[in-house]
Amino acid sequence: DKHLRAQSKRKPAKKTKKAVVFFEVEILDAKTKDKLCFLDKVRHLVLFVSDPQWYPARQSIRLDPKGKSLKDEDVLQHLPVGTTATFYFRDLGAQISWVTVFLTEYTGPLVIYLLFYFRVPFIYPPKYDFTTSKHWVVHLACMCHSFHYVKRLLETLFVHRFSHGTMPLRNIFKNCTYYWGFAAWMAYYINHPLYTPPIYGEQQIRIALIIFLFCQIGNFSIHIALRNLRPPGSKTRKIPYPTKNPFTWIFLLVSCPNYTYELGSWLGFTLMTQCLPVAFFTLVGFIQMTVWAKGKHRSYLKEFRDYPPLRSPILPFIL
Amino acid sequence: MNIYLIVFIYLFLNYASQNEDGSEVERTSRFSTTLPGVAHVPFLTPAVVQERRPLIVAVMSAAASGTSKAAHGDVAAKRKKGPGALATAYLVIYNVVMTAGWLVIAVGLVRAYLARGSYHGLYYSIEKPLKFFQTGAVLEILHCAVGIVPSSVVLTGFQVMSRVFLTWAVTHSVKEVQSEDSVLLFVTAWTVTEIIRYSFYTFSLLNHLPYLIKWARYTFFIVLYPMGVTGELLTIYAALPYVQKTGLYSVTLPNKYNFSFDYYTFLILIMISYIPLFPQLYFHMIRQRKKVLGHIEDYGKVE
Repeated sequence: DKHLRAQSKRKPAKKTKKAVVFFEVEILDAKTKDKLCFLDKVRHLVLFVSDPQWYPARQSIRLDPKGKSLKDEDVLQHLPVGTTATFYFRDLGAQISWVTVFLTEYTGPLVIYLLFYFRVPFIYPPKYDFTTSKHWVVHLACMCHSFHYVKRLLETLFVHRFSHGTMPLRNIFKNCTYYWGFAAWMAYYINHPLYTPPIYGEQQIRIALIIFLFCQIGNFSIHIALRNLRPPGSKTRKIPYPTKNPFTWIFLLVSCPNYTYELGSWLGFTLMTQCLPVAFFTLVGFIQMTVWAKGKHRSYLKEFRDYPPLRSPILPFIL
Repeated sequence: MNIYLIVFIYLFLNYASQNEDGSEVERTSRFSTTLPGVAHVPFLTPAVVQERRPLIVAVMSAAASGTSKAAHGDVAAKRKKGPGALATAYLVIYNVVMTAGWLVIAVGLVRAYLARGSYHGLYYSIEKPLKFFQTGAVLEILHCAVGIVPSSVVLTGFQVMSRVFLTWAVTHSVKEVQSEDSVLLFVTAWTVTEIIRYSFYTFSLLNHLPYLIKWARYTFFIVLYPMGVTGELLTIYAALPYVQKTGLYSVTLPNKYNFSFDYYTFLILIMISYIPLFPQLYFHMIRQRKKVLGHIEDYGKVE
């Protein structure tokens, strides 16, 4: 059923004494190990699938059925294969672009929170419809939450440089459920008519706001620093280092300070609202970010021999 | 409002088994463990049981002769799959103890019935061993986490915690339901299932699985699973009015943590969750049955 075709481009033979290496290439299905096609006398291999529903982003060609995919830029001659190369083809399933996923998953919380903030009907008892909270911390929390997600949307559009174009389609449902669900859960309590403001009042709110803003600026600084590491359109990876911006000096101690600052922002928000669901959201986010940070840290160590030894994945010296 | 937490956990469990690029984690069954009242899918296939033979020789001969396991340890270490000799010995003891425990519960039920002459109120006579041995199953989560049992931690956890939930958070906590006949229904289903399941594991570990046990494990569930589910659902349903009246385990606004939880709604959501879960697990077991018992001509009696 897979209309997989391979073309071998044959260049005209050059009149040099250098031996020309020809490859034999066979392509197997990664799951069933069925032989999909076989070619001999190959010098340059260009693979494409003729059926348009199998667009390139969902094709994975790899040397080992359970291994990582080869990249678009890989050259046949430089791969660790003998003169007989066996490739495995795997269909990654329907794909969706990262930008689309990010925009969708971040717009949700922005809108949903505001629905609760404005006390749209059918959420709270009818006598509270379209009323506003009498606690100023509730207004502040709305501003902070909205600012956070507007920042994320703008970063997605203008700042981030993605190394992978796409992710599996089902991720959008999983991610949106997570973000939208938690946003609704938090917003319900913060904007509730029976909301109780923080115990230590103004002092607690002020400290929380400072932490929140500090970490938002920090997180943004890291995103800019990471963007500047990578020229437009490239997919190169380099070790990030502190820049003139003091918020980036945390690179001395941490591999993924964007996650560190993100944790800090949400801790600030938890302190500001003194709301248990917000604490849960912060905790779950922290667990997920730690998993990602550890993975990123490990791949940095694997890729760069001279990676600074003082750095921890997400929390200085701790984690 | 805390439906989100429950929906999140349910979806997380469903999606937890996917890799970053969307490929499925290799697994032989969708749920390797099951909801209350159901026999487990075996964590040992016949192939694994075959491989285990040298290990068992090591355990048996060490036990018999009292010599150190070092001589056979090399053979054991060379086997790719399966726990070490020590872990196997521990698992055998664990499964034997659990089989015995559930037999105690079974005997207790029969004796109480004979003494009273009615099905009513038999829960009280086996309350303590039921709590002890059902809670003890939490160890199985640890077995998966440590790796001596090749099941998924998440799925085993889900199954065990749902049983523990019914034992403690429903039957123990809401005293009024303890005299309900639905309690007897699920306790009976659990008891028969667990006796068969733990003896299945015991015999498998000892590489001496009688076909009868294997057949029982893959056949009794046909009746026991619906029976157990019915008992559980009726019990939860019976508990609802008392939970609502007393506000058991519920937190209301306002409070300084700005949090609320309604146990009554939570129980209703638990009941609803049986609707998608039960058919999946049940038909999975039926498919497993065809696969395992269908191969009878290949393996015959495993001696």
